[in-house]
Amino acid sequence: MTAYRRRSADELARRVAADIHDGAIVNLGIGQPTRVANHIPAGREVILQSENGILGVGPAPAPGLEDYDLINAGKQPVSMLPGGAFFHHADSFAMMRGGHIDICVLGAFQVSATGDLANWSTGEPGAIPAVGGAMDLATGARQTWVMMDLLTKQGASKIVERCTYPLTGVGCVKRVYTDLATLACTPQGLQLVDLAEGLDLAELQGLIGLPIQA
Amino acid sequence: MINKIAGSVAEALAGVADGATVMVGGFGTAGIPNELIDGLIEQGARDLTLVNNNAGNGEAGLAALLRAGRVRKVICSFPRQADSHVFDSLYRSGEVELELVPQGNLAERIRAAGAGIGAFFCPTAYGTELSRGKETREINGRHYVLEYPIHADLALIKAERGDRWGNLTYRKAARNFGPVMAMAARKTVASVHEIVELGALDPEHIVTPGIFVKQVVLVERKATQAGGVRA
Repeated sequence: MTAYRRRSADELARRVAADIHDGAIVNLGIGQPTRVANHIPAGREVILQSENGILGVGPAPAPGLEDYDLINAGKQPVSMLPGGAFFHHADSFAMMRGGHIDICVLGAFQVSATGDLANWSTGEPGAIPAVGGAMDLATGARQTWVMMDLLTKQGASKIVERCTYPLTGVGCVKRVYTDLATLACTPQGLQLVDLAEGLDLAELQGLIGLPIQA
Repeated sequence: MINKIAGSVAEALAGVADGATVMVGGFGTAGIPNELIDGLIEQGARDLTLVNNNAGNGEAGLAALLRAGRVRKVICSFPRQADSHVFDSLYRSGEVELELVPQGNLAERIRAAGAGIGAFFCPTAYGTELSRGKETREINGRHYVLEYPIHADLALIKAERGDRWGNLTYRKAARNFGPVMAMAARKTVASVHEIVELGALDPEHIVTPGIFVKQVVLVERKATQAGGVRA
């Protein structure tokens, strides 16, 4: 086994942000994806959409300046950039479902090689299901990217041949950014985009257990 | 003369029937019409179907309505939160029914009700558990699921300013479900923090035209509090 180094959470966020083009309209999911906002390369103008009716979401306000009428989908206080706009929920989801959002970045429990996404329910008996906007975003954004650790705490690959958790969307994920590699999901399966430092394709393939096109 | 200004929350909510479907605006901390929810608790209607994005937080507001045993069914997109324990226990004990709806479908089904749409095809949730048993259709190579509107007897929403015709403006992300819920209910009651003279709201800036609003009630402005714990 070679000695490879996992990307840290900030390195992963920076890796995702590097692929967001100037002028993109982006929706960042709750949790890890929110971090991407801090790493948009200088000189790129990116508009962040929040499902609860905001375009032009800005950074978190300084402590004491929070306005709880101005929050993001994760219910955290945010600020507003000049040029931003408010709108109601049906318009917000029309932006997603109508293909007006260029990129959404979501977390995931599992992604299949062909881009099926499972990120809303583990399907455990007795668990209370909650879906929020995940299905609308996954299906509606022009590109859906997933950002996650490749392996579970038990070492199992979260990129799988077929999702065993309940699906959020079918064939909707274009790219998966992980701590160990970036991969494209295609109807033909996985394609390698890049690898973490010190990791080679054979070893990655061993971790995932699926063919990966170089 | 048209005057939709109610003298009190109780007056605005008089006559809510048992078995009513009630939409309640709000997302996270923003746009929750707390005073109207308290008024509904006081008014006493039971066996309600509640339509909201969530299913109550902490002990107050919708959680209090649920705890009082007044809700038969919840239609929402995200019931489970760190502090949704009131709903959680009622759901687990089978005392409250849940219809889980993807958030965009929730908003669009509400909008469709207000717009007189019989049903619509939408790609969200195709191939997932949440479209099980629903009619689907392939249109131009893409798969869609048939979704029906959600109508309500009553909508409770929080706006910022209103006038006696029921015209409304909102504040920031507190707008969320307010405008579509106002359209979808037979009776919409809006709480506002300021009642202004007719003509004072710039017609270019009115977000919900008064045609969608039955009653406007003034409530004291309190700073929206932190809360709505992250999922």
